[in-house]
Amino acid sequence: MKTINITVNNRDYKVEKGQTIMQALDGLGFKIPRLCYHPKLSIEGACRVCIVEVEGMRNFVASCSHPVEEGMDIKTNTGDLRQARRDIVELILDNHPEDCHTCERDGICELQRLAYAMGIRKRHFEGEKKHYEKDLSSPAVIRDPDKCILCGRCVRMCEEVQKVNALRYAHRGFNTVVMPAYNMPFSESVCTSCGQCINVCPTASFVEKNYTQELFEKLNDDKLVKVVQVAPSVRAAIGEAFGFPPGKAMEGEMAAALRRLGFDHVFDTQFAADLTIMEEANEFLERVQGKGKLPMITSCSSAWMKCLEQFYPDLIENVSTCKSPMSMMGSMLKTYFADKQGLSPENIFSVAVMCCTAKKYEAQRPELRVEGMDPTDLVVTTREVAWMIKSSGIDFYNIKPEQFDAPLGVSSGAGAIFGVTGGVMEAAIRTAYELYTGETLLDIELKDIRGFKSVKEGSITMDGKEIRVAVAHGLGNAAELLDIVRKDPDRYHFIEIMGCPGGCIGGGGQPYAGSNSIPLDEDVLKKRAEALYGLDRNRTIRRSHENRDVQRLYKEFLGRPLGSAAHKYLHTHYAPKEPRGIIPELSKSR
Amino acid sequence: MTKVKDERSERLRQYMDECREKEHSESQLIAILHKAQEIYGYLPREVMDEIAHYMNIPTAHIWGVATFYHYFNLEPVGKYIVSVCMGTACYVKGAGKVLETLKKELGVEVGQTTEDKMFTLQEARCLGACGLAPVIMVNEKIHGDLDAERTAELIKEYRNRGG
Amino acid sequence: MAEKYKRDDVVAARVITLCDGPGCMHKGSKELLSALKDGFREKGLSYRDVKVNLSGCLGMCARGPVMIVNPGYTIYGNVGKADLEEILEEHIIKGKPVARLVIEENHLYNKFFRVFGDVGFFGKQMRIALRNCGIIDPESIDDYLALRGYEALARVLSSMSPEEVVEEVKRSGLRGRGGAGFPTGLKWDFTRKAAGEKKYVICNADEGDPGAFMDRSAIEGDPHTVLEGIIIGGYAVGASRGIIYIRAEYPLAIRRLEKAIKDAREHGIIGENILGSDFSFDVEIKLGAGAFVCGEETALIHSIEGSRGMPRPRPPFPSVSGLFGEPTLINNVETWANIPVIIMDGADWFSSVGTEKSKGTKVFAVAGKVRNTGLVEVPMGTTLREIIFDIGGGIPEDKKFKAVQTGGPSGGCLPEEYLDTPIDYESLARAGSIMGSGGMIVIDEDSCMVGIARFFLEFTQNESCGKCTPCREGTKRMLEILTRITEGRGMEGDIEKLERLGKTIKKASLCGLGQSAPNPVLSTIKNFREEYEEHIKEKKCRSGECRNLLEYYITEDCVGCTACKKVCPAGAVTGSPRERHAIDIEKCIKCGQCLAACKFNAVKTA
Repeated sequence: MKTINITVNNRDYKVEKGQTIMQALDGLGFKIPRLCYHPKLSIEGACRVCIVEVEGMRNFVASCSHPVEEGMDIKTNTGDLRQARRDIVELILDNHPEDCHTCERDGICELQRLAYAMGIRKRHFEGEKKHYEKDLSSPAVIRDPDKCILCGRCVRMCEEVQKVNALRYAHRGFNTVVMPAYNMPFSESVCTSCGQCINVCPTASFVEKNYTQELFEKLNDDKLVKVVQVAPSVRAAIGEAFGFPPGKAMEGEMAAALRRLGFDHVFDTQFAADLTIMEEANEFLERVQGKGKLPMITSCSSAWMKCLEQFYPDLIENVSTCKSPMSMMGSMLKTYFADKQGLSPENIFSVAVMCCTAKKYEAQRPELRVEGMDPTDLVVTTREVAWMIKSSGIDFYNIKPEQFDAPLGVSSGAGAIFGVTGGVMEAAIRTAYELYTGETLLDIELKDIRGFKSVKEGSITMDGKEIRVAVAHGLGNAAELLDIVRKDPDRYHFIEIMGCPGGCIGGGGQPYAGSNSIPLDEDVLKKRAEALYGLDRNRTIRRSHENRDVQRLYKEFLGRPLGSAAHKYLHTHYAPKEPRGIIPELSKSR
Repeated sequence: MTKVKDERSERLRQYMDECREKEHSESQLIAILHKAQEIYGYLPREVMDEIAHYMNIPTAHIWGVATFYHYFNLEPVGKYIVSVCMGTACYVKGAGKVLETLKKELGVEVGQTTEDKMFTLQEARCLGACGLAPVIMVNEKIHGDLDAERTAELIKEYRNRGG
Repeated sequence: MAEKYKRDDVVAARVITLCDGPGCMHKGSKELLSALKDGFREKGLSYRDVKVNLSGCLGMCARGPVMIVNPGYTIYGNVGKADLEEILEEHIIKGKPVARLVIEENHLYNKFFRVFGDVGFFGKQMRIALRNCGIIDPESIDDYLALRGYEALARVLSSMSPEEVVEEVKRSGLRGRGGAGFPTGLKWDFTRKAAGEKKYVICNADEGDPGAFMDRSAIEGDPHTVLEGIIIGGYAVGASRGIIYIRAEYPLAIRRLEKAIKDAREHGIIGENILGSDFSFDVEIKLGAGAFVCGEETALIHSIEGSRGMPRPRPPFPSVSGLFGEPTLINNVETWANIPVIIMDGADWFSSVGTEKSKGTKVFAVAGKVRNTGLVEVPMGTTLREIIFDIGGGIPEDKKFKAVQTGGPSGGCLPEEYLDTPIDYESLARAGSIMGSGGMIVIDEDSCMVGIARFFLEFTQNESCGKCTPCREGTKRMLEILTRITEGRGMEGDIEKLERLGKTIKKASLCGLGQSAPNPVLSTIKNFREEYEEHIKEKKCRSGECRNLLEYYITEDCVGCTACKKVCPAGAVTGSPRERHAIDIEKCIKCGQCLAACKFNAVKTA
């Protein structure tokens, strides 16, 4: 790598050629203030907060977009610059509601942090503020244009990473607003409810639909039996909301805290993940044997399901009919569990704590109902539950770990890795291999399909038959993979798709980035993934079909995988839905 | 999706067919919107949907483009589009008064259409007829050397011509 | 030197050129055209003997309909249908101009169109970019060919390497006429040297400065010159496709361009193996849709790509990564129109015109409070005074000159002491304005400078794309401050706030639009600070333009007719019939209706 010489604030440094000024300065221990910049997104250069002075240039230079050049003389902190940066941030504040103390992101807002750091103690330019109606139509994602500072991170996330293209800038100038087409209600747009816009939003312009108040009310309702399930990825990330470093798996703390919150039964979605694998692995083997379409595509991710129905109606038959673990768990709660406990299902209040906003949407899908009941009555995200724990005066930091409840609380290691990209596939193969060959797969860690590569491929030989698999995380990568599938339908047998970058660990409901981090920081994602792989490694049972409680469930209630009871409670169907989505980059290959 | 195709949508289809043949076909969007507006007088939502699916361009993108450029009408416009030139020469020579008169005479704000669907009032960037300042353009026709009185007369004339 | 632009052959023929720009059309040139037909029939003239051309806007809108009649190249103004008989009989048949219709000898237009013989001598004007406008039939490629049209292209293709062409343009000293004045040859060189599979050449005809219409005139009057420049540019940088991005609001210019492209294609001037060479090149037209910011290079590229016209940070510059990510050369209309002349007459000749750092000529659209409004093309180095007073004829009604605004919304307002500033990029910048694309608005004592600044800022604020914070939010706040000043609600410290915001917006905005948006405000603060202070401290507008700062009163001339009392919406007028009325200043909302209603001139303002 070639190095060049630059001067920063009158000191000489050597830096790598080909970087932007910001990258070079980051490497030298500076951290120029920034707002619209995100390393995973294209360079926008819009906020102008990251400006620096470069000798010989008439104007300030946006460090996020300008390359470093040999001999560059950079100043990062002159009086003029400080005033300009300060004024720019004030200009943003001037057009932003000043309701910080009642705002959902109070204390964890990038704009607030920035305003403090820029030293805005006095206001100079206040004037008219924009005002638009909040869009409350979606069960998952709330859009509040008043809080939008037009950094465009959500637009780029939705366009470049997710390729859903639900959001764009509309109108222009001072009247610019980020919105779906025709300013239609979010619920009627192509939005998949993945919630990545929430993750990258520096303010509270996008937030999840908050159900904490409703949940508190239910928790105080003595007539109800309050049952909760927790998704794998929640335990891998919730610690961050309490100041723990990323990557600490907090399974037992989670169970203990949920009990303190007032839940009567604390179950684990990972149990349902094992159940899912029983169904999905068997379904896959049926398809391999000619009953059904290949490649089979997984169906656990609710954002991906909505995406499928709107963007890929032609692939509906390829998708597994299995409900997601959350909905399987909900179905079992209101039938098997109710039965076992002698409870009337109407008295069970079924809550899911999810790393995901789209699960709020999933919970409302009528297709998932069981005997007329919604499997899941209410979904809260990791963020919401963390707030509830804080709000209830529970000492999460020091709480003693406890076990999940039986019978739906014990899981295999395979269930844990469901939360990370490649995990469902890995779990399914661990079981499918044994079901197909009758032998136990010894080398159960499938390294090829781990990690954060956009599209991962692998293969395994079962009784001489090569099974080719592929994994994509994030809907944009999924688009890439599905494009291959459309062109070459025989290339793969089994495909895993998760709607969010990194899988559920990067879900739209996970804790906001802390002050030394950025949203969807890949290092943070890696640590969360490691937490789940650690849980897997520490389990004695690492294959779903070895889960005794799952076995008992089949024996007592479901019969056999794919049997009629299983079909009734654990499977669903999909249908094309409007509005139809478009992925323009892929049009040419069709 | 078996909508009866009328003559207008057929014309737009034909135009889009030509566009699809071109390299970087998505770059033809603005030309297509021009065509659609020429055919329909404005950009109806169903037409933008149709363009989206036929050209494989996200609807939100089309909406973003249509709202960015002032030339595109998102609602039906009146029979006469009255554009007031807001160029400097016109400003210096009293375009503000002309605009005020028009607002008063028509009873609408800039960007709005009269209830009888006769007039739509717009502001225009310099129309390049500075020698005649202040000017307005009614559909394609330029009217210059206006003051409040003459503006009011002009509107009367058009109104008398009827719809 | 002068010989180059003598047009004796043209001037001898019998030609009637009728202006069909929007101004003249409004004043009846369409009717004239059909009346001509009848006139021809009556006089037994045929179109073979007498050619009739439509010229596109000649920039003489105030005197329209304008007609230029050869022989003699006589310019008639305010021509009516009734005058046609006489023109045909006396001028066309007998060869004697009709004196009463001739636009007077000293008039701007006469100087403008008769300048061909005077180049390099005493004429204040000189036409390079607009050399054929009003002379040839813009819809006739033969007319263009007859005046050395496509000679430059032929020379380039037959005897010059692309490098030599770039070198020639570099040596000419030509700088971008769109505003910033970047050396054109250098831009060509960058694009030529950039690596790319496919390169593009773009003509920026998204003219949008309020009060500037030279590009439209150039295209309407002589589309082939622009086209020839583009093709030469394509050859020089190694592009295979040219795109003309033009405002949809210019239907005539678009039509003329389409015709020119079609004719050129039929003549083998556009398409495969141009003029038998190895060079292939095609040109297409793309329409803008009403966004001023699309004049900015990267916004323009986004617009051609079918997106919102929002600029992106540079580098990379379009010459490296432009349209569809390929190296792209963008010049504006006037720049392109200079190219054929540079090739035909050489860089040495071209660079002999103008000043040390600004070569050639510049077209200005002179408008506002000046007797002769219209287009002028003058050698660089001509002073503002020469344009406004010698060519433009000074201020009408002998009012006092107050300022001249150059460079449109990106430029500044220069007061009297700058009138002797020679026009070139550096001098104008030093004076606190810019060359810009060539708008020149003359302002007299009747205009309020705060109001002018507000006008321009409102324009940029309206046209801001909304992408970057300083421009989107900052111009809004500046506009709010200016509005309150003009409405009498200005506060102590407002001027300083304007300066502070202006500085931040200038230095921190993403693109040229934002970086120059504060200029009209900052330059008026610099040159007319006392007017701002009067507004704020004394609540007074010396021009009387800021209505909210006026105080209405009724003089002794009042006869007590009660007209003012009846119209006052605020009930501020008191008085009995047949007695002098009075206005209650506290109640008065300064709407001015009493003044308009008074038939006795008794309502006054101070």
